[in-house]
Amino acid sequence: MLTQMLFRALDKKAMWLVAALVFIAIAIPVANLVIPEGNPLHLPNYMVPLLGKYLNYALLALALDLVWGYCGILSLGHAAFFALGAYAMGMYLMRQIGARGVYANPVLPDFMVFLNYKDLPWFWHGFDLWWFAFLMVLFVPGLLAFAFGWFAFRSRVTGVYLSIITQAMTYALLLAFFRNDLGLGGNNGLTDFKDILGFNVQAATTRAGLFAASALALALAVIICSAIVNSKLGKVMVAVRDAESRTRFLGWRPENVKLFAFVVSAVLAGIAGALYTPQVGIINPGEFDPANSIEAVIWVAVGGRGTLIGPIIGAVLVNAGKSVFTGAFPDFWLYCLGGLFIFVTLFMPKGIVGLFQKLKPRKGKEASSAAEAGEDPSTLPQPKPVPEPAE
Amino acid sequence: MATRFLTLIAFLLAVALAPLPALAQDDFAAQLNGLGPGSFADRTKAMDVLVATGDERVPPVLQALSDGNLYIRESDGKVVIATKAAGGLAVTDPVDGADLGVLPSGELEKIKTNNGLRGKIRTAIGKLTLLSPDQPTRLSAAQSVLKNADPAMLELLDQAISAEADAGIKSTMQMARAVIVLKTDASLEDKRAAVDLVVAQNNRAAQTVLRNTLDTAPDELKPTIQTGIDSIGRTLAVWDVGQNLLYGLSLSSVLLLAAIGLAITFGVMGVINMAHGEMVMLGAYTTYVTQLVIQSVAPGLMEYSLAFAVPAAFLFTALVGVGIERGIIRWLYGRPLETLLATWGLSLVLQQLVRTIFGPTNKLVQPPQWMSGTFELWNLSFTWNRLWIIVFAIAVFIALQIILNRTPLGLQMRAVTQNRRMASAMGIRTPFVDAMTFGLGSGIAGMAGVALSQIDNVSPNLGQGYIIDSFMVVVFGGVGNLWGTLIGALSLGVANKFLEPYAGAVLAKIAILILIILFIQRRPRGLFALKGRAVES
Repeated sequence: MLTQMLFRALDKKAMWLVAALVFIAIAIPVANLVIPEGNPLHLPNYMVPLLGKYLNYALLALALDLVWGYCGILSLGHAAFFALGAYAMGMYLMRQIGARGVYANPVLPDFMVFLNYKDLPWFWHGFDLWWFAFLMVLFVPGLLAFAFGWFAFRSRVTGVYLSIITQAMTYALLLAFFRNDLGLGGNNGLTDFKDILGFNVQAATTRAGLFAASALALALAVIICSAIVNSKLGKVMVAVRDAESRTRFLGWRPENVKLFAFVVSAVLAGIAGALYTPQVGIINPGEFDPANSIEAVIWVAVGGRGTLIGPIIGAVLVNAGKSVFTGAFPDFWLYCLGGLFIFVTLFMPKGIVGLFQKLKPRKGKEASSAAEAGEDPSTLPQPKPVPEPAE
Repeated sequence: MATRFLTLIAFLLAVALAPLPALAQDDFAAQLNGLGPGSFADRTKAMDVLVATGDERVPPVLQALSDGNLYIRESDGKVVIATKAAGGLAVTDPVDGADLGVLPSGELEKIKTNNGLRGKIRTAIGKLTLLSPDQPTRLSAAQSVLKNADPAMLELLDQAISAEADAGIKSTMQMARAVIVLKTDASLEDKRAAVDLVVAQNNRAAQTVLRNTLDTAPDELKPTIQTGIDSIGRTLAVWDVGQNLLYGLSLSSVLLLAAIGLAITFGVMGVINMAHGEMVMLGAYTTYVTQLVIQSVAPGLMEYSLAFAVPAAFLFTALVGVGIERGIIRWLYGRPLETLLATWGLSLVLQQLVRTIFGPTNKLVQPPQWMSGTFELWNLSFTWNRLWIIVFAIAVFIALQIILNRTPLGLQMRAVTQNRRMASAMGIRTPFVDAMTFGLGSGIAGMAGVALSQIDNVSPNLGQGYIIDSFMVVVFGGVGNLWGTLIGALSLGVANKFLEPYAGAVLAKIAILILIILFIQRRPRGLFALKGRAVES
């Protein structure tokens, strides 16, 4: 049954994508650990967590694409879900430090000793158990998305208004997490991690393992998203994106469809955040910055929204560009990023994937399968010649 | 006799040569030297002469005499102030405060005083300062009397109170009197009257005085004082509300200035301009550049630089705005979410551009004289620049209302807001209206930047701090109606300042954000939404 569903879910393209990700999950650790130094195929140690970070961003972009590209909800607060997952993982990693901290307190993390905490705050209990922490990684972003979406979609808050209140949400969380008395490390966040599941986070083998986990998580997310968008539900999502009222009049409940997509997307973003923390080694409130959420949107836009591979390509390309540019010409990067926003929205509304589709002469059969994945350009909102009056 | 003769000669000389300040100083020096030799009676007379001059240099000399720090220099008979120092006594000239070096104590003779003289000195100092024509001197004298609470000053204080015209100084004096009366063994009735007088002052200082006297006061008066403290506390609570309201108004005016341009572009064109904050920032930098130009061309006009900066900022940012509309936004009509992204990218580019040109550090914008400092009204204190920004925000709001309601452009804008296609069919050039609207919105943001340059750091990140708040105001107030923006700014600003004392600045802000998120659920189109029959938003 399950395998059957899986096969139906995966069209040819998604299958290739999953295969490629599984290959990367094996190849990169091999290139790092097995191939000896000096060999041109050897991957230096610092590259592994960097590439892992790109894959986490790609997962965040994929999550955002599910709501924006397929469901028409432009969330400017997805970094909040990412950061919440990251914090849940960070709390687990903090509890794993145990008595090895600077103050050698077996229960309280260093910053709590520093801030004169006597007991562990109630929400820190349970985070010493890995399964509880991992559940929280899924549960906390999911719950926030459910609560937020429940109210927002039911009240039919749409379009720009929804974008702005998602931004308000992540901004409020940013301010809250900067407070020391929230009990989550305040300004400095959580850092100085030692172990994950008993392995040293600094070790090359652990890092390779985390990279493989990131690639596999992304592959799993592609399977899930592919299953969703290829199902009947996925069709309704696209319908909601293109004509919400019409869908409602046809008897569907757009708010439930949107809520489902939003929660799934938030959980995926949370997983991305959880894998991000041990690879980067720190999580601080800066991750909640509204600018981060908007940057994630541009990854999706660059790669091509409404496709599964687009956001992954976009996230990896933009972040690789960022790594190169901020190293070589630090002053130049903001021009590039800003210019990218303008250029992509003006000239490449369908992103890099759209560009390839334009170049490649279309074959009849593949076009129909592409349409099933929501890639048919006719399902994308067409630019209208005149602005709509705001009401 | 000889000294009196000398004094007389000096006096005559002084009268004859009064217009020459150098000689007037000699005159003062001569009078001062009269303090030195002779009996206590001579000294008293010399003191009376000095007091009669009303010179501001007299009180320190008398104080030194009272403290035993006044000496005669044996070499020339000059009266000097000396304090103990290594190797003898450090000598200063009481006439001009000049340092005369350190002399061994053998070369100085101490001017002697007795208790009678000391009492007279104290009265004399009090008279000179409490009755001084100089207002700050009187105030500081009254404050020092309040602090020392010397019963000997009571009589003089009564005299000063009856002569005092300034309400603030008078109230300090009355408080000083009350504290003194409570210390003395005056009758209970007198003490009660004194306490009542303090309670009647009804301000924070009076409350402090009452608190300090509570312990030493006679038991019969304690309930009176306690009720006095409580009643003043209640009054102060009311004033605190007023003060918070004022702070809230100030924040509201800033929010209104930052948001109103956004409200216009959003209302008419349905475009969320993420680069709006950067328009504010450009306005602030225009102020900076205007001041640089004025500084180098006509430094005399610096005081009025803002009068030049406001139109300059409006024109410059309006031009930039029209450029943005023609260059980017008009290609994205009907796709509001993509406009949002493109303008966000634009904001990054503009920030970095300003950083490249002006550098990342804060630029100093000179505040004009009439905008600096604070003033007090009743029990409220307020800074002038905040007040002027409130005035400016109101002026901008009224001007915009006039433009929208009384000009052809405003008419066209409203028509396009309500029904774009119909307006187009009636012959309104909607692309032109769009460009003008965007220019107007940006220009107003630029003017807001001029105002914000007075209270915030002029840095490339200036606009970032206001963009989210501006959105909140617009979304809360609803679009298509400037009154909505006004009400939105007022309620958010005032609510923020009222929450702050209880929750702290950060929590207050978080609370406001959550309230807005919840509010949007109730009214997805804001407080004052345009009514329409369209199904799609």
